[in-house]
Amino acid sequence: MVEAAGWWPVLVAPALLLAGAVLAVAGDAMLAARYAGRPARAAVAAVPLLEVARLLAQQPRTLPKADRLLWRLGVVTVPVAAVLSVLVIPFGHRAVADLSVGVVWFNAMEVLTWAGLWLAGWGPNAAFSLIGGYRFVAQGLAYELPLMFALISPATAAQSLGVGDIAEAQQGLWFAVWMPVAFAGYLAGVLAFAFLGPFGYPAGRDTAAGVLGETAGVDRLLLQAGRWLWLTSGAAMAVPLFLGGAAGPGVPGWAWSALKTLLVLAVLVWSLRRLPVLRADRYAEFAWVVLVPLTIAQALVPALVVLDR
Amino acid sequence: MDTVRLALLAGLGVLALAGGVLVFTCDSMARVTFALLGSLCCVGGVVTVLGLPYLGVAIVLMMVMEMVIMAVFMIAYMMNPAGLMPMSMLHNKRGSLLVSGAVFAALVAAVLLTPWPARTGPPPPDTTFQLGKALMGTQMLTMLVLGFALLATMVGATVLATHRGRYDRFGDDLGRRQARDPAGGGVGR
Amino acid sequence: MTFELVLVLAAGLFSIGLFGALSQQSIVMIMMGIELMIGGIIVAAAAFWHFLAPAADGQVVIVGAVVAMAVEMAMGFAVTTAIYRARQVDMTDMAEDLKG
Repeated sequence: MVEAAGWWPVLVAPALLLAGAVLAVAGDAMLAARYAGRPARAAVAAVPLLEVARLLAQQPRTLPKADRLLWRLGVVTVPVAAVLSVLVIPFGHRAVADLSVGVVWFNAMEVLTWAGLWLAGWGPNAAFSLIGGYRFVAQGLAYELPLMFALISPATAAQSLGVGDIAEAQQGLWFAVWMPVAFAGYLAGVLAFAFLGPFGYPAGRDTAAGVLGETAGVDRLLLQAGRWLWLTSGAAMAVPLFLGGAAGPGVPGWAWSALKTLLVLAVLVWSLRRLPVLRADRYAEFAWVVLVPLTIAQALVPALVVLDR
Repeated sequence: MDTVRLALLAGLGVLALAGGVLVFTCDSMARVTFALLGSLCCVGGVVTVLGLPYLGVAIVLMMVMEMVIMAVFMIAYMMNPAGLMPMSMLHNKRGSLLVSGAVFAALVAAVLLTPWPARTGPPPPDTTFQLGKALMGTQMLTMLVLGFALLATMVGATVLATHRGRYDRFGDDLGRRQARDPAGGGVGR
Repeated sequence: MTFELVLVLAAGLFSIGLFGALSQQSIVMIMMGIELMIGGIIVAAAAFWHFLAPAADGQVVIVGAVVAMAVEMAMGFAVTTAIYRARQVDMTDMAEDLKG
């Protein structure tokens, strides 16, 4: 049973999320070194952390006629929404707030990145940056519906929107086993709302880093942190939704939660450099013509199973 | 209602009204859109505090998507999207103020003068369940009508917005196997 | 008294939206006014549900209002796009010949 426990998880949950994101960044740096033919030593993994120090000391950029208020708002929204999304994710058998509408909460926080990234693109009054913002909106219109159906499938099977109830409902068989399409659609959605790897189009190199292009210093740090925090949060959410939550033999629940989260995170980080960047218009057609019907059919499966139960 | 809820209600209400006023006072269209988003998110918050968490969070979810899309259209069509050159785009301001002021006064008077009845029955333990059961049961007709309205909207909006018909896509005798579209998609092309 | 105050909030949102819908020239801005009006209706419906009758019908009213918002926005943008394509106009005053 998932229980809300005191005030201290409010501090622990963001710390755990940050730790996961740091591990993901370090792993990504190691993989990058390996693919580049350099030795993947521990020093390589520390390079992104040195980058944090550099960004903290860097001057923020000022541009003529920039809409500073909206720019800052957008930049802050992305990591803050990521942190807020983990409030409903149980770690072990504890969640900060196991809301009765946890799945909808997670989805709403994820959609907040739309607003955040569009604002981060609009604010600096620069063309490439705005193009990056528009690209994320186009990508969002493509990934959102399959992701929503992927979220609805386990909720239907568990007959509850609460994340704790969904984890509870998977005793015996994980949802990932009998809802593979929803699981795959969910993982694609995670990469998309973290705009990393194949979905890094909004921050693409062809537009000089797009939505990140005009940011410097703390602004850039926040946006980059937001990407990795979202990747980690998505991986953590996959565990109660599809991988049985904290259930497992031997070690206590929190260890299983951590282990499963890190495994999902490792798969996601590995895939980042294995897949080509997708153009939003191409992915939009694929998503609407292929993924939406597939995920709807997938959502039908648990509906029928529940009806028969 | 406890004090925390009352404080939340008051704060969200004031923010919603402030956002609503900003919508019609800001110059920058981006700011206007996101002021409206803030106002409607506060509406979602009020709904949540009033005991309807599913509807409240769903309103926030929907409004964020809607307002981001709205921002795209605002920037596309308005002549002064960034508000760098303040201008007034109003007509009949005095009349509008008069009408809306009168409506507000009438509504407030009605609210304060009506003898409201006492509450009928306690709230259900699970409001989301109550809503779902109603929509799939006694209110099935409503659900069907809403569904058809949305479908008609999708078709109608697409027809209105596009300038290309099937003859542009599939040729004069509709004989082309693959549609000729200006933008390539990801499936088979 | 809380009930009345929440209803006054709803009336305020509705009236601000009404002012915008009446006074704005641009179609997109008129839509923003209508969104605010529907927002007021949602607040009022939630208040009625909470303070007067916590039955399912009150929630269904909110669902209907939210759907109305979505329909209004989709059709509004479609009409704006159609008018803009035909004559590069996004203001109601310049589409007056459409009436009657």
